[in-house]
Amino acid sequence: MQKITREQLIDQASELLANGTVSTVLGWGAGEFGYDVTPTLFKTAEEMQNGFVFNDFCGANFSKYLVSKTKTLEGKLLVFLKPCDTYSFNQLLTEHRFDREKVYVVGIPCEGMADIAKVKEISGEGISSIASDGDRIVVTTLYADAPVKIDARNVLAERCIHCKSKKHVAYDTLLGEEGDVVASARFDEVTRLESMTPDERFAFWQNELSKCIRCNACRDACPACTCETCVFDNPKSGVENKSPSNSFEEQMFHIIRAFHVAGRCTDCGECARVCPQNIPLHLLNRKFIKDINTFYGEYQAGAEVGSRSPLTDYTTEDLEPSEIFVGRNEHA
Amino acid sequence: MQVTEYKPLIVAFCCNWCSYAGADLAGNNRLAYPADVKIIRVPCSCRVNPTFILRAFQRGADGVIICGCHPGDCHYTSGNYYTRRRMATLFSMLDFLGIERERTRVEWVSAAEGAKFAATMNEFAQKVAALGENKRLEDLRCKK
Amino acid sequence: MLKCSLDNVQTLFAEIAKEAKLYLPIDNADGTAVFGEWSRGVAWSNALNTAKSPKDFFFPQTEDLMRFRTEGKKIEVIDVRRESDDFVVFGVRACDVKSFDVLDRVFLSEPCDSFYAEKRAHGIIVSLACTRPAETCFCGIFGIHAAEPAGDVSAWKTEDALYLRANTEKGTALVARLSSVLEECSDDAVNAQKESIAKIMNKLPLKDLSTEAFGGGKTQDLFHSPAWDALSSACLGCGTCTFVCPTCQCYDIKDFNTGNGVIRYRCWDSCMYSEFTKMAHGNNRLTQKERFRQRFMHKLVYYPENNDGLFGCVGCGRCLAKCPISMNIVKVMKQIGGNKGE
Repeated sequence: MQKITREQLIDQASELLANGTVSTVLGWGAGEFGYDVTPTLFKTAEEMQNGFVFNDFCGANFSKYLVSKTKTLEGKLLVFLKPCDTYSFNQLLTEHRFDREKVYVVGIPCEGMADIAKVKEISGEGISSIASDGDRIVVTTLYADAPVKIDARNVLAERCIHCKSKKHVAYDTLLGEEGDVVASARFDEVTRLESMTPDERFAFWQNELSKCIRCNACRDACPACTCETCVFDNPKSGVENKSPSNSFEEQMFHIIRAFHVAGRCTDCGECARVCPQNIPLHLLNRKFIKDINTFYGEYQAGAEVGSRSPLTDYTTEDLEPSEIFVGRNEHA
Repeated sequence: MQVTEYKPLIVAFCCNWCSYAGADLAGNNRLAYPADVKIIRVPCSCRVNPTFILRAFQRGADGVIICGCHPGDCHYTSGNYYTRRRMATLFSMLDFLGIERERTRVEWVSAAEGAKFAATMNEFAQKVAALGENKRLEDLRCKK
Repeated sequence: MLKCSLDNVQTLFAEIAKEAKLYLPIDNADGTAVFGEWSRGVAWSNALNTAKSPKDFFFPQTEDLMRFRTEGKKIEVIDVRRESDDFVVFGVRACDVKSFDVLDRVFLSEPCDSFYAEKRAHGIIVSLACTRPAETCFCGIFGIHAAEPAGDVSAWKTEDALYLRANTEKGTALVARLSSVLEECSDDAVNAQKESIAKIMNKLPLKDLSTEAFGGGKTQDLFHSPAWDALSSACLGCGTCTFVCPTCQCYDIKDFNTGNGVIRYRCWDSCMYSEFTKMAHGNNRLTQKERFRQRFMHKLVYYPENNDGLFGCVGCGRCLAKCPISMNIVKVMKQIGGNKGE
């Protein structure tokens, strides 16, 4: 489904490796089954030929890796960024989390990534091979006689269904055609929840958050979560804990985490992608984004480097906390 | 059997420069407000981290109110403007999670507004009492 | 061999539930399956496996150990231990059943963990053979047979019937009281299923993964392998692999200050976390590489070294499916063990 090919990416990277522009490439490494790709560092064109992949399962956002990888690296690091990843990239630069000079960004177009769980819902378990064929994903399994052909649009990851931008906001070289910021319906689900009664909303979130196993994957994958030591890992903070002992601690963790990234979250959707328990965590972030847009004017974190987050800014005419529910489309 | 009347526990974060002095004035003027309002003095209303609010609920608060200088009067020039934005977004999120919106509040109370402080606390305590005990943000381990 | 028609399976559940709580895999709204308590009308999931392993039944994620109540200068110590009711965990896959052996060796060896032992004594395991293993399954390489699950009672599900065979005293007692819904039958159907499972096991992509390079005594060979750097490079340091793992058994003991006392509880911990086994002197594993290595060395070398060669992994494949960056024990075994598994 992707318009750009693995070979194009390898060619681009090989050229930059060969002429000494970059020393290392951060790309997707092949796995066991075609869909299980791992972010991998490549040092040579040959390594890339052997182990680099680019397919419909390259969802991982590489921006956060730049914080740790650029610290120890000799020379420049080439990183492939999809449009949504570039927003996280800019946001991290805004927060001075890494040195821009140590990174060479190759912007790559993205047609949306697939969610393997959705693929398996259609194909079933036991995948023996998986490949793209035009707009379709072709899956062979141990149990089906013939390959299963799936329309890639039907198995898009949640965040890609509601893609907010096909435009790269940062790059050194751009492969393929530049896209535009797209109108998405990403706030529809937030609006639907808002229109519920408080009891229904409470029940919805109790059900979702009770699934939390506190693996911290949402936090550890989040490009906005780059604190050296998280408050929930710090025994001196008084709120540190390693398990969701009860519903309060589940709420506490997710409210505080979402609030801490509010105004900085670019809505990249990594939190929901990595959650092993399928909690729709992106809805918490989107609620903050939607509110910030409504209360303080449209703001997209990461759209430009150096922009000021609405929560570290103010005007003297701001809405009072007592006014936020006035005129809201209310449940009965 | 003795039936005790339910009295909500209110935690009031008051800024040192205005609202805490306002509370003091209310006391000096013998203005009555519920004894179950526990005041925590903070240097500025913007010192109140969302964690404080959740911790207050965890430890048994039924309502949390944050009081600071009127916008424009902050001792640190702009602290309460940040409070205003943070609390607006935080309260909206709590509501989104289905937590009663009447349990949280921000009020600007100056050092001269002892009467307003008492009136605000009376009104807030009444509203929280009407809601009853905090069940949605409670931590059962902390109940006696 | 005993048999119960699938049309009758809800009656079977009702019979089990008469004298013990019954837990079985139930479909979640989001497409995953979880172990939940059966009550009339609750459907048994067809999912291959549950998102979380059944280790929670014996080793829950959070468990209170004791409480202290303070009043002035007085401290009262409160024993929170309660005897469990008997319970049946139904539909546990062969890999997960084996995971209980791994946990038993940790918790039941001296000094015995009384919290774990108490629950283990009250739990009855009804296992279930896997007819459709996933590509991520590799229990076979650890000598586990998907067609021959252990447990107190072994079960096989065909198109139309459920077959049961008691293996232990507890299992025999369970099936004895279910006689009204079970009938004696021959082994033919189960044998046919075992054969077809064996054929599928031979087609699984990870069937040839070798454990040869691992086991007790291999610490020196593997600890300093240069491959750990690249393998751990992308690790986020989250605890997903640990918390979905049926055999991970590390825990932390913590005190929670309730304002009027203290609750001493234990909770799962993850060797992937930066504050794992943190002590007064600080932390003994400072980089993610060291933490990452610890997890796999523990499963593949240290654990077998201390437990007669038994590996600390059962090949359930949960970490393969759930790791945010798709790094897992299979990739580690191939890289570190120097085998490609082809």
